[in-house]
Amino acid sequence: MKPVENKKPTREIKVVRRVLAVNERMAEQNRRRFAEKGVFVINVMSSPGSGKTTTLQKTLGRLMPEVRAAVIVGDVSTTHDADRLAVTGAPVVQVNTDAFGGDCHLAAHVIEKAADDIDLDAIELLIVENVGNLVCPAEFDIGEDARVVVLSVTEGEDKPVKYPTMFRTCDAAILNKIDLLPHLDYDKDQAIAYIRQVNPAMPIFEISARTGAGMDAWIEWLKAKVSSKLNARR
Amino acid sequence: MHEMGIALEIINIATTSIPPDMRSARVERVNLKIGKLSAVVPDSLRFCFDIVSKDTPLAGAELAIEETPVVARCKDCDARWSIAEPVFTCKACNSGALEILSGRELDIVSIEIAEEGGSETGGE
Repeated sequence: MKPVENKKPTREIKVVRRVLAVNERMAEQNRRRFAEKGVFVINVMSSPGSGKTTTLQKTLGRLMPEVRAAVIVGDVSTTHDADRLAVTGAPVVQVNTDAFGGDCHLAAHVIEKAADDIDLDAIELLIVENVGNLVCPAEFDIGEDARVVVLSVTEGEDKPVKYPTMFRTCDAAILNKIDLLPHLDYDKDQAIAYIRQVNPAMPIFEISARTGAGMDAWIEWLKAKVSSKLNARR
Repeated sequence: MHEMGIALEIINIATTSIPPDMRSARVERVNLKIGKLSAVVPDSLRFCFDIVSKDTPLAGAELAIEETPVVARCKDCDARWSIAEPVFTCKACNSGALEILSGRELDIVSIEIAEEGGSETGGE
């Protein structure tokens, strides 16, 4: 930087604006729209390969038809995840993020547009499967009611402390692939301690989406959230 | 990773903040406040900004970035401190009920515009 005395004379104009204000306004608009319909919205985030899609597939299998759900899937450029989720019978809207000028997260305006393709009167739960990334999605409010982070025991135990904003802003964590623990050197207690360090009060669900182990507690948590949202509307 | 989008938004906000009577002016500096917990890497942001600001009133402008520390307040004992490591429990009473007072900012504070004709040194 140049020394102060060489500074050209300038006039300073106060701006004081949040750079992401446009997204935040749009997120609030989404939130009002979903609240009017009594739809509970979860924003599911993780790194790639944590088993997010399988977890959601199994979750939908357990919830439907009792809870009517739809899914918005963000994926950089394929429809593979959407195809897998559509098997559950839930309406699925695929969003390829590259068409929106960013491939690292879903922004509120993307959700607003995707929600136009969903009959909000016919559902109680909207699941947003965000782009696999532990950094950027944490920064973008999409109008969700709860944020859930999925991590798996095949990743490093220290993910929570490497990505504190993600773990700090989530309302629940799913620790997936616990069926693999006997084959790994993974220190599960350490991983949970790291989650607690960043977010002491967050519920942690240890599951195997593949075998179904531990799914009950997660499903109960989600169902309770969905019904309280519905009741708030009534 | 989304610094390009952030840079575009900064240009958008800054351009619309130039007063109507100074529309032909050049922005010399953009003062930003970026929290340590935000997902923005200052060097990446500067790199993207230099590319996308070409042919705008912000071409060549400097991004002056003030990085704000993560400051927490304990809701139980009211202690306040600056968090250097990702440990979100109270230093004084070990409570986990914290309020994050700063560290997530991504704000444009002000823009600085070259004074027209007011400079004796003149030009570049």
